[in-house]
Amino acid sequence: MARYGMVIDTRKCVGCTDCVVACKTENQVPEGLNRDWITDDATGSFPTLHLEIRTERCNHCDNPPCVACCPTGASHVDPFGAIVLVTPEMCIGCKACLASCPYDARFVHPDGYADKCTFCIHRVKDGLDPACVSVCPTHCMTFGDLDDPNSEVNRQFASRPHHALMPAAGTEPRIFYLT
Amino acid sequence: MPAIVLVFTSARIRPEPRVPLGTVIMITVSRRRFLQISGTTAGLAAAGSVAGGLARGGAVAEAPETGVRTVPTYCDICFWKCGAIAYVRDGQLWKIEGNPADPLSRGRLCPRGTGGVGAHVDPDRLKAPLVRRQKRGQEEWAEVTWDEALNVVAEKLQKIKAEYGPEAVALFSHGIGGTFLKHTLRAFGTPNMAAPSFAQCRGPRDVGFALTFGEEVGSPERTDIRNARCLVLIGSHLGENMHNTQAQEFAEAIGAGASIIVVDPRFSVAASKAKHYLPIKPGADLALLLAWMNVLVTEGLYDKEYVDAHGFGFDTFKAEIASSTPEWAYPETGIEPSVIRETAREMARHRPATLVHPGRHATWYGDDTQRSRAIALLNALLGSWGRKGGFWKPVQMTVPGYPYPPYPKPDKGKVDNPNGKYPFASEALTTGIREATITGAPYPVKGWMVYATNLLQAMPDQRETIRAIQALDLLVVVDVIPSEIAGWADVVLPETTYLERYDDLNVEWFREPFVALRQPVVHAPHAQKPNWWIARQLALRLGLGAYYPWTTIEEYLDYRLTKAGLSFDTLKKQGIIHGEKQPVFFDEGAEASFPTASRKIDFYSTTLREAGFDPVPKFTRPEPPPEGSFRLLFGRAPMHSFSRTQSNPILHDGMSENAVWVNVHVATRLGLTDGAYVRLRNQDGVLSARIRLKATERIRPDCVYMVHGFGHTSKRLTRALGKGASDAQLVTRYATDPLMGGTGMNVNFVTLEAEA
Repeated sequence: MARYGMVIDTRKCVGCTDCVVACKTENQVPEGLNRDWITDDATGSFPTLHLEIRTERCNHCDNPPCVACCPTGASHVDPFGAIVLVTPEMCIGCKACLASCPYDARFVHPDGYADKCTFCIHRVKDGLDPACVSVCPTHCMTFGDLDDPNSEVNRQFASRPHHALMPAAGTEPRIFYLT
Repeated sequence: MPAIVLVFTSARIRPEPRVPLGTVIMITVSRRRFLQISGTTAGLAAAGSVAGGLARGGAVAEAPETGVRTVPTYCDICFWKCGAIAYVRDGQLWKIEGNPADPLSRGRLCPRGTGGVGAHVDPDRLKAPLVRRQKRGQEEWAEVTWDEALNVVAEKLQKIKAEYGPEAVALFSHGIGGTFLKHTLRAFGTPNMAAPSFAQCRGPRDVGFALTFGEEVGSPERTDIRNARCLVLIGSHLGENMHNTQAQEFAEAIGAGASIIVVDPRFSVAASKAKHYLPIKPGADLALLLAWMNVLVTEGLYDKEYVDAHGFGFDTFKAEIASSTPEWAYPETGIEPSVIRETAREMARHRPATLVHPGRHATWYGDDTQRSRAIALLNALLGSWGRKGGFWKPVQMTVPGYPYPPYPKPDKGKVDNPNGKYPFASEALTTGIREATITGAPYPVKGWMVYATNLLQAMPDQRETIRAIQALDLLVVVDVIPSEIAGWADVVLPETTYLERYDDLNVEWFREPFVALRQPVVHAPHAQKPNWWIARQLALRLGLGAYYPWTTIEEYLDYRLTKAGLSFDTLKKQGIIHGEKQPVFFDEGAEASFPTASRKIDFYSTTLREAGFDPVPKFTRPEPPPEGSFRLLFGRAPMHSFSRTQSNPILHDGMSENAVWVNVHVATRLGLTDGAYVRLRNQDGVLSARIRLKATERIRPDCVYMVHGFGHTSKRLTRALGKGASDAQLVTRYATDPLMGGTGMNVNFVTLEAEA
């Protein structure tokens, strides 16, 4: 079975938020809430600066604390592509998963359940990229099977230095940022 | 994925008080935000859903529509006109994607295009025709029928015509949607039509290039960014300035390893992609350009063959720039001579695939045409005009216009530029019409029609605009949203969004010829009407029915397409029809023609000399900010268009208020805290609305910066009202370009005041 992940080229990303907007319309994310977001990371002092712009979301970790801490089993790893999902009907809105996620990737949906990025599993099952990837005007995002040595996502992964977010948290995130 | 069913009543899609922002500045979408929101469930539950709003927008059919259908069209959230495919699910507008067949979007829209759904569902949009009932500007209205509204407008226009002549009516219009209103007003007999896109935006650039190459840069810009090996951006913040094709090609050039040089007082997103970032003193760009050209010429690095073949007056030009050395430019620009030399050599290394981008919003300091001409000349030295990786020559499909009766010839000339005061104004000046409206000279202007442009945010000095409005007998605003200018109107006519209407064909001048169709995706949710219907109904009431031989726009479109040998049905299905490829570069066979006075590239301009201007650009030092003040600079954010999208519920989520960027050390010295509210006071004592401070390393200490379009004061823009500050309010001073009347707006100085 596939193990889906993303490789994102921070050199190409301009932080335009098209990924955020596309997620909102694709998935009808309520106003005021977002499943993905942009982080601007500026270091140095003027004029010698470095800016890394990242599109961030649930990392669909290999070792997801949100699944481990869920008291009802609502948070789970779907057998399809090892995507981390929430079953709204099983969620009691206890927010343990919100607290456990080092990436702040979850929020409580107005209907009372924990919500977050699904890697657009409904699209992926149809052979499409997640909405955020498919709309990106800079083509900075690549989605695919990290276990397939011939996938484009693995080719990108091997092409340049990269980093993941908060590796020390031990969650083994599956989104990588090319630097 | 379990289905999420959201059913909302109309009450629930009303905007609620926004969630408090806490201490985080919302420059872009913050992950922190939704955690704060999750703790304020009361506000959240009422906040409603974008999806919920759609239910009201699309529903018209008797039997509910089911399933998903797609409709190709082209976008109108900005003027770029990207080809799009709109998805309708169960009768509701769901999402909008790029049309892969469209050469502008190449299958991918920008965030504004993707967020176009929000324009349709925006609860703040204008819903019914309005007639003013109180004093102008008090925003007190009566909802009336279309008949009543159009009769009032027609009657008042006829009255103005009878008393002052048809020329006393002026039209301000932005975008392709203004086509039919222009037609009606030309038929009415006025020559006075202007758009802020000239004198407040790209005018100086287009005039500067036309004075050099004989042709304008155009829109979309004829820049071959994707093939550039070296890209030079001067104040142009691609990526934040999200003109779709350009931003896409910018990323493509980055991916291909192009060498990027960025000149900007602010460390922009583009600067973060640059090999060379030059943090120039604001207003010194022309000095840098002259020094770059000096290096290319004195070191013999320019394209001699190209200049010999196509240039006119090169020797005089060379003599004129001889003293503009990097050492001369250093104190003006703050850029070290070694850096000026190194970057000039970098440009030469990659020529002719070195593109010095002409920018778009070019009205900065009042010497903008000459600065733009210097950019044109630098490109000429690099041989990039007409060459791959530089500038292509635009081509267009042949689609005949509709045969109308000839327009009446106005008795009076245009009002905006009497006696050719600005001899190189190639389009009408908004500010000229405004001045004539205030003074009554050269003749009175008594009626304004305003289409899809928020003049109070687009033009400098709002006080003058309001003074002009007070001198009018009639102000009509046709728009989708209740903008600030609509707040001053006598009659407001609500237009459908682009997703609910046909418009004229987009027969674009581009690197490949194509024609694109805008067509309705969903029905208008209220009493809104398309611009063509409004323009036609008005014409009928003005006795100008002969100018509208067609009854529906479908007839008009079908006529044009049939004459061009194209099928309306095919275009409805595809959204785009491509023409035959044509050469766009000189070496492919595009003609190397330069329609200037010399028929060559004017390194030395006899045209300018004869008009009494510098034939070769010269640098004038701009007035520096007084001690303790900062130069006010402004620009764009990728998820907003002008002041037109802040109430769009989806785009509002992306950026709900602007912030003022202040150098972190300056902020510390002034005792101002990052994220705190401040106000800006300009040199004329004008005080801004409160705005959050962004204390950052990413800007010089002598200037401050904000994104344009915020600080709305229109009471009906409930979602955007009172959020952030308006740069336009602070631009009470402007430097007029003597060549073409452009209004340089980077000449205002502000101080910062902590908000109690």
